[in-house]
Amino acid sequence: MEKKMALSMRGITKRFGSVVANHNVDLDVYEGEILAVLGENGCGKTTLMNMLAGIYYPDEGKIFKDGQEAVIRSPKDAFDLKIGMIHQHFKLVDLFTAAENIVLGLKEEGRYDLNAVNSRVSAIAEKYGFHIDPQKKIYEMSVSEKQTVEIIKVLYRGADILILDEPTAVLTPQEIDRLFDVLRSMKADGKSIIIITHKLHEVLAVSDRVAILRKGEHVATVDTCDATESSLTEMMVGKKVSLNIDRIDPVNPETRLEIRHLNCLNDEGLPVVRDVSFTVNSGEILGIAGIAGSGQRELLEAIAGMQPIDSGEVIFINPKKNRPVTFFHKTLKKVKQLAAQGAFHDWNGNPVSFNGMGNALIRRLVGSGEVLFNEDEVIDLRNRTPLEIRELGIRLSFVPEDRLGMGLVGSMGITDNMMLRSYRKGHAGFVDRRQPRKLAEEIIRELEVSTPGVNTPVRRLSGGNVQKVLLGREIAFAPKVLMAAYPVRGLDINSSYTIYNLLNKQKKNGVAVIFVGEDLDVLLELCDRILVINSGAVTGIVDARTATKEEIGLLMTKTDTGKEAAQ
Amino acid sequence: MTSSKINKAHEPLFHLSKRDGIAFWKAWLIRIAAVALGLAVCGLVAYLFSDKLRTGKKTLEDFYYCFIKGAFGTERKLWKFLKNMAVLQCISLAVTPAFRMRFWNIGAEGQTLMGVWGAIAVAFYLGGKVPEWLLLIIMFAAALVCSAVWAVIPALFKARWNTNETLFTLMMNYVATYVVSYFLVVWVPSGSSALGKLKYGKLPPLPFGNQYLLIILISLAMTVLLYIYLRHSKHGYEISVVGESERTARYSGMNVGKVIIRTMVVSGLLCGLAGYLIGAGLDQSVNTESVGGQGFTAIMVSWLAKFNPLVMLLTAGLVSLLNSGAAQISQDLNVSGAFPDVIVGIILFFIIGSEFFINYRIVMSRKGHAGKEVLK
Repeated sequence: MEKKMALSMRGITKRFGSVVANHNVDLDVYEGEILAVLGENGCGKTTLMNMLAGIYYPDEGKIFKDGQEAVIRSPKDAFDLKIGMIHQHFKLVDLFTAAENIVLGLKEEGRYDLNAVNSRVSAIAEKYGFHIDPQKKIYEMSVSEKQTVEIIKVLYRGADILILDEPTAVLTPQEIDRLFDVLRSMKADGKSIIIITHKLHEVLAVSDRVAILRKGEHVATVDTCDATESSLTEMMVGKKVSLNIDRIDPVNPETRLEIRHLNCLNDEGLPVVRDVSFTVNSGEILGIAGIAGSGQRELLEAIAGMQPIDSGEVIFINPKKNRPVTFFHKTLKKVKQLAAQGAFHDWNGNPVSFNGMGNALIRRLVGSGEVLFNEDEVIDLRNRTPLEIRELGIRLSFVPEDRLGMGLVGSMGITDNMMLRSYRKGHAGFVDRRQPRKLAEEIIRELEVSTPGVNTPVRRLSGGNVQKVLLGREIAFAPKVLMAAYPVRGLDINSSYTIYNLLNKQKKNGVAVIFVGEDLDVLLELCDRILVINSGAVTGIVDARTATKEEIGLLMTKTDTGKEAAQ
Repeated sequence: MTSSKINKAHEPLFHLSKRDGIAFWKAWLIRIAAVALGLAVCGLVAYLFSDKLRTGKKTLEDFYYCFIKGAFGTERKLWKFLKNMAVLQCISLAVTPAFRMRFWNIGAEGQTLMGVWGAIAVAFYLGGKVPEWLLLIIMFAAALVCSAVWAVIPALFKARWNTNETLFTLMMNYVATYVVSYFLVVWVPSGSSALGKLKYGKLPPLPFGNQYLLIILISLAMTVLLYIYLRHSKHGYEISVVGESERTARYSGMNVGKVIIRTMVVSGLLCGLAGYLIGAGLDQSVNTESVGGQGFTAIMVSWLAKFNPLVMLLTAGLVSLLNSGAAQISQDLNVSGAFPDVIVGIILFFIIGSEFFINYRIVMSRKGHAGKEVLK
């Protein structure tokens, strides 16, 4: 089959400082094909494509369009060459309609005629099977509709080479299927499509050929029909990896956290978490699935004490059976109260009531650890600050999605980042760096963090190592509940599996784990139960062992009948 | 349609790329080169401005020698240089905690001035009525309180309503100036508004050594103390975390507003100390120019030292050296009184400009012209 070359890149190199993002990359795209550019996060896929779109200019190498050398210095040059890119983050004006966004910046001859634009947009949509209302405003649109506008914008400018950067990251399974249908009909029309992705099954489902990048270099380009998931992974990672996560059954699950009718508002007073109720048990991983920005972040931050709660309860059940009395109970009044309820006993199991004892004696008994606590402690975390929660002796760990903007301090070394949790220890006004340093060294050794030293700013570490540091610190705190938001985002496959294993180990140790994820395949393999959230409301809790991706996909877009979706 | 047009486009001649890090010696080489270049340009400018240079009465060597002569020419000049440096260092220390917190306090001028005013106001009203030692203590307390209040007001607004601290602290400078003007009118009824040296409230010099030695030692001690405070105290740690990311600070359970307010109080107290040194230690008087722009110079000193109190000794020294050298130049070469500012400005411009070349690299295009090659 003789195909016509549409675009080719030869010897492309791009450096950022000492980082080589692309090195000597050759890439060809033919007319009427879908080429997948596959590679792990940070392997230079997007950088490479940005050079076609005129965002970056290559340090070395040449680009040829239809056999002619082309110099692409700006997005305008790219458009003149009929190359159009749909970026991962949409670049649309919220207050404009779809059609207005589409003609924005175009210098067309003649009068500005929005009606003509509308009909042309509709014609394009019909041709390729999109569903779009050209007069709808962007802020009223769902993520997938916005993406459609971006694609049509590119088509409207006459592009015959379309580059899509991770187009499926924000879509539900159903929306992904629809997108792929559109891509196929564009292909049939003779257009060349480049799709950037790191998801293997999508590559196999939609592409004709796959170009694999690894660490900025072009490894190979293969026909999709000759490829399998494992062969692609091997090329992507450079060695064989096993892609199985072993999942054990929860042992003696006990409720650790109970959320009852939780409601939260954002800064503008709009509901972001709506009437959420669920429980989390020890020894299990509860997954949270949902389209990005559906309230996952606010939910976790509400539990951690960082997001104000409008109404509802966050009940933490602190296992305290046969444990020495903690700081929390050391107020005498509270101790006496609890003693009257029979909450204490000695090491032999005999109840201790403190009857007839003087205050000093009670204090000594409690302080010496000879008196044990009988019952689980039930604490409402509602509207407590993170510091109060910690001072109550609650072992709640939180790995936020914004690792360097929230979980860690980018400019500090690992030692100083360990101190975020513990710097208040000790009574003097000075910080003690010895313990944190020991912990830092331990984490570097145990989790195989690759870093030049304990004082190297964590910002300079790779994404996987940053996450190991953060997760390591939170695990070192010996949590009862561990919340992790998108813990593998941006990580390569090996690091991702390290993280999965760490979470699994915590589960085995009886920790209640909450895992907010975006890859449904992973959620289904790793979790015990999956809670699905949409627009801040729970649309279902499913058993991860029996549920299907389609089922979760439907729940992700389901809106409850009574309430209107916030977005 | 446009392929021929595209092919005519030339690639850019050079572009900038961020350095990933730079060798220590290389960075200092760039800085030294920048100072040298700055001095060369100064020489050129001086040549244009000074008749004495042009007519050959003075040579360029004389011009450059002024920098050394100004600071180290005589023993008196040396002590004066050290005193100036000590005061500047003290104010630079004051702005540093806030800067490490990324709280852009540019109000050290006003805060210090309020310190001077507070001390002098006490001396004016209580001088002679209480024993001198008590007077000095009250003056000290007044200086600290006045400066701290001046510093904490913007911090309260920032913590409560998230107001812009840069504008706020800047405006507070003007208010401070007018407070002083107002009281000068009240205190000096003659209409000259110039308060003479007060008889009471003079910080006695140490029983040994130079009259400025006490001020210099205090400034050095504060340098060490602040270094320890920032590097090894819990407060210092909190300041660094808040400066990096307020979200991280909240995540780790810090009360961000409290940290901001507390840090500005520390800044204010240090300004108060500087104000006391100026008021009680040197001037025994106050006017709107008591601080003389050092509150602004201090920002630069602190910044150039990357907010490290120990390195600040170096940068404060450099700036003081330039100042005294420039003053010497205007005297020796008979140029206008504004000329020293030109000199200092030029050299600082080069030093600050050199930071760009420490962070970035210029990459020239290695390829030839984008030719009309055709791929076959």
